[in-house]
Amino acid sequence: MDLRYSDAEQAFRSSLRAWLDAILPSLPPKPSPDDWPGRRAYDTHWQRLLFDAGYAGVDWPVEGGGRGSSAVEELIFKEELERAHAPYVGVNFVGLLHAGPTIIAEGTPEQRARFLPAILRGDEVWCQGFSEPNAGSDLASMRTRAVRDGDDYVVSGQKIWTSHAEVADHCELLVRTGPEDSRHRGISWLILPMDSPGVDIRPLHTIAGSTEFAELFLDEVRVPVANRVGEENDGWRVTMVTLSFERGTAFVGDLLEAVELLSTTVALARRTGAWDDPGVRRQAGHLKAELDALWALTKRNVSQAARTGIPGVGGTYFKLAYSETRHKLGEFSLSLLDRAGLAAHDLEGTDGLGVLPAGTMVEDWLRGISLTIAAGTSQIQRNIVGERILGLPKEPQAAAGGKV
Amino acid sequence: MDFEVSEFQSDLADGIRRLCEGRFPLESIRSRESTAHTVDRDGWKELGDAGVFHLCLAEEAGGVGLGLAEASLVFEELGRSLVPGPLVASHLAAGLVDGADDGSVVVGLVERPAGGAPGADVLPIVIEHLADLDVLLVLSDEGIGRLDPGSLDATPLPRPMDPLTPVWSVASLPTAEPVAGPEVAAWWRRDGAVLTAALQVGMAQWACDLAVEYAKGRVQFGRPIGGFQAVKHLCADMAVRAEVARIAVQAAAVTVDQPDVGDPDVAAAGAKLLADEAAVTNGRSCIQVHGGMGFTWEVPAHLAYKRARVLATTFGTDGALAESLADALAPSTGR
Repeated sequence: MDLRYSDAEQAFRSSLRAWLDAILPSLPPKPSPDDWPGRRAYDTHWQRLLFDAGYAGVDWPVEGGGRGSSAVEELIFKEELERAHAPYVGVNFVGLLHAGPTIIAEGTPEQRARFLPAILRGDEVWCQGFSEPNAGSDLASMRTRAVRDGDDYVVSGQKIWTSHAEVADHCELLVRTGPEDSRHRGISWLILPMDSPGVDIRPLHTIAGSTEFAELFLDEVRVPVANRVGEENDGWRVTMVTLSFERGTAFVGDLLEAVELLSTTVALARRTGAWDDPGVRRQAGHLKAELDALWALTKRNVSQAARTGIPGVGGTYFKLAYSETRHKLGEFSLSLLDRAGLAAHDLEGTDGLGVLPAGTMVEDWLRGISLTIAAGTSQIQRNIVGERILGLPKEPQAAAGGKV
Repeated sequence: MDFEVSEFQSDLADGIRRLCEGRFPLESIRSRESTAHTVDRDGWKELGDAGVFHLCLAEEAGGVGLGLAEASLVFEELGRSLVPGPLVASHLAAGLVDGADDGSVVVGLVERPAGGAPGADVLPIVIEHLADLDVLLVLSDEGIGRLDPGSLDATPLPRPMDPLTPVWSVASLPTAEPVAGPEVAAWWRRDGAVLTAALQVGMAQWACDLAVEYAKGRVQFGRPIGGFQAVKHLCADMAVRAEVARIAVQAAAVTVDQPDVGDPDVAAAGAKLLADEAAVTNGRSCIQVHGGMGFTWEVPAHLAYKRARVLATTFGTDGALAESLADALAPSTGR
């Protein structure tokens, strides 16, 4: 067990830091959260800057055009970007983290040449069409249907939680090509051009007031068979392949954001005088212990992935523990705002010392609620821990078919 | 950076696990329940021979010269086997008290309450394992002192909470012969917290394993109860809690060995806080999974819960630990 970074790792960190220091002041001002064309332009411009500096696809293998960095360098990359308050991956999320890696692993040479460089350069944006209104935790029960007609599939159905759909060029789409009850054995993975006739997008407002989600309605949309990645009915396995690209760093930025939120909250407590209350201090101290442990767990998971190439069980442990800690942190910061937290809006303190960061705190609290739901609810995660790690008997549904 | 347990480290832990399984099986430990002597002197000597107490002692002083990282893995195994006795005190005393290092002398430790501390004028001082001790050390901010355990006018307390941790009370502690100064006392507090936390992690894992085993075998409503989410999720939470605490303890131990990666005192406090909580909560959940039988003396579920409570009172309690972590975020005085 060694927590010290090697000379090479430190060199990677310092050259990245120098580049960030030089480039970040040149960025245009951030667009407003609901200005999606503006956000697309901002995020893809940032991706292009990363590309030009050799940092695009830092975690992608070299054969896919990526940097092929080690898992530890990837950790350093995400840590430094967060510390420097560099732009978040934003609208490039699905392309860089899901669709791109899937095409690298399972795509044809033509598909790789067509789609990968455009993702790395920030030219094209992707969204994800996996979940459906009636296929959430039980994703394998999805019903969006694709029927072969000549060189096309004709696709009809409905998808949900399609982040960034409004500004996306392509959608990684899971469709049912097998019989209705074929579950995970009858699914195919398609590349859907978002400007195809029959694609209808309806924005979905989150409880945090943001608009990145959308519902996707597909009415006899024609998708070329050439846009299928992997074999017909093999889409479930194709989807799972992407998971092996996850090297324990998925929550690095999020976790460091939480560390910063705790500092902001402590600063507020000192300003209001709440810090003199031992109960408040102890809550903060406890949260620090949890966040420190989760940072160490991240390092353990990354070390494991660096050696074996596959993430261990630590990722599931991390998600369960982190989502709970994040909830507690949100509640804690909200309690310190008292009635100044009744609007997600920075407001002037009456002590003359400037604004109170109610906007960030209330928004963080609201966004934190998604953590026990998104990417596998905590209840599903507990089933996974109980069944796959502890070896307890399976749920009846899980025994009958596959489940993420 | 490679935060994985190395092959050498994992072999070391495996060796101690096998030693404990052979030398300290639960039935043999439990045969001493509720007696004044729960330390098995021959077994203690074997732990000494295996290096448990002199693992971190420098080689020139007759030790193995390993770090706290290795010691924390060893102590996790000792916790997992519920080995009774003043393990942490004897480990810390190696090099300071002759015979502690090879297990021929059993060393205990008690904290001298600071004057003015809450309860100091009301609560008597409680000492663990007194009848088994050859030497009793007294820890305070000023340093470490040495007492002859036989010289104390101590009252044995009936019905000790943990049947394997007999306790005595004294109204006050006599002046002790100084053997080390404040600096040693400070690192003993820190390393003692990490090693105690390692014991707690071992017990948290033991409680999880015992609950899972029971949930697989116990059938109600025609199914093993571990198939019901209510029980399954209780077990999953136990596993997560133990793992997060384990990582905190290992990170703290490494931070003590490699102080350039962080603040060892803060890391130790965080580890102890999470490990105490994991052991106590998992101990409680283990009883719950066992249902009515968990409330009996027949099944061992209660042992981890009770020992966890004992260890949670040593080397920093939750409030003080959380306060010291808060201090690391911001000092507590002034706005």
